[in-house]
Amino acid sequence: MEVDAAVINTIIDKYGKDKSYLLAMFQDVQRQYRYLPKEAIRHICDMLHLPFSKGYEVATFYSSLSLTPRGKHTVHVCLGTACHLRGGPNILDTFERELHIKRGDTTENGLFTLESVNCLGACALAPLVRVDGHDYGKTTPGSVKKIIKEYGEST
Amino acid sequence: MVEFAINGKKVTAEKGESVLDVAHREGFDIPTLCYHDTLGSDGRCRLCVVEVRKGNRKRIATSCLYPAESGIEVFTESPDVLLVRKTVLELLLARCPNSETIQYLAKEYGVTQARYRKDNDKGKCILCNLCVKTCELNVGAAALGMSGKGPFKKVTTPYGEPSNDCIGCGACVAICPTGHIYIEEKDGVRTIWNKRFELARCPKCNRYHAPVEQLAFIASRSGTTMEQLLICPDCK
Repeated sequence: MEVDAAVINTIIDKYGKDKSYLLAMFQDVQRQYRYLPKEAIRHICDMLHLPFSKGYEVATFYSSLSLTPRGKHTVHVCLGTACHLRGGPNILDTFERELHIKRGDTTENGLFTLESVNCLGACALAPLVRVDGHDYGKTTPGSVKKIIKEYGEST
Repeated sequence: MVEFAINGKKVTAEKGESVLDVAHREGFDIPTLCYHDTLGSDGRCRLCVVEVRKGNRKRIATSCLYPAESGIEVFTESPDVLLVRKTVLELLLARCPNSETIQYLAKEYGVTQARYRKDNDKGKCILCNLCVKTCELNVGAAALGMSGKGPFKKVTTPYGEPSNDCIGCGACVAICPTGHIYIEEKDGVRTIWNKRFELARCPKCNRYHAPVEQLAFIASRSGTTMEQLLICPDCK
């Protein structure tokens, strides 16, 4: 993906070129491109007079930042204690099988990224699945297929 | 000025000086891997643990980070210290089973076998951060950094690719306490961190002595001309 320097500059200027906002800038870039392109990290580091290696440190430290292109929809499968006991791992397996990817990966058509999380704080709805911030409670392997269909068809 | 005791010996130190510095100055042997004179302490390897007694309380502390304090009693080889140090060595040995330095230290403390599962993907790196710090603070290149976190944390150039900032000086190799970082010199080419550096020949003795990029870096920072720098230290 081509990185537009003007877009990145706007983001940098929004935070007053202050390097303590590095993470916020990265998040904004990620929102724009759905991942952190290498050129964007390099450009931000150059503008903030930070070594590229420091930018890379920050970019790889936070799991909410991705260095590879992410899918249009992010599926979070909860594996917290309650969800784990109520079949969370089964739900994750079903997603992996249906989407033909492993957790952390993105489908070939760029539609879904599958991730597991350790607790989403809605244990009463276990096992919980969150797609793009929308919650699906008490999921079953059957409803997994429905969720995939819902998002697969809407695009 | 503060006064305290190490293994019963009365010592004096400047306020704020670390216990490790004082102990080394006074001739006590405290093992450490991540400490370096020019870069200070990070408390990463945990090998320099000592017992600190203050009144009737005692605790195990990393001596490289513990500031000297009046009236404390420090013990460098007490049973508690040895127990903790051995555990640390076991953990380091499990992480880097192939590191000669750690094998040697472990043997010295009677550790031959680690109770923990051995890693096979960490090389000899104990994440002491010395290479990262020396590259940034002593060399001024800042080509290295950590990537990831937890079990996936490692030292690398960005994306593991040849870095534009790396000048091939090899300071990271020299400072690495466990011999993790790999450098190769062959036919006038130095390879380090996946990057190939052409070595400069000394015009007097015709020997290869330093990467051209490193000499250019020094020239740009110090104002010394390339012609002067090309002459190797032996011929100067």
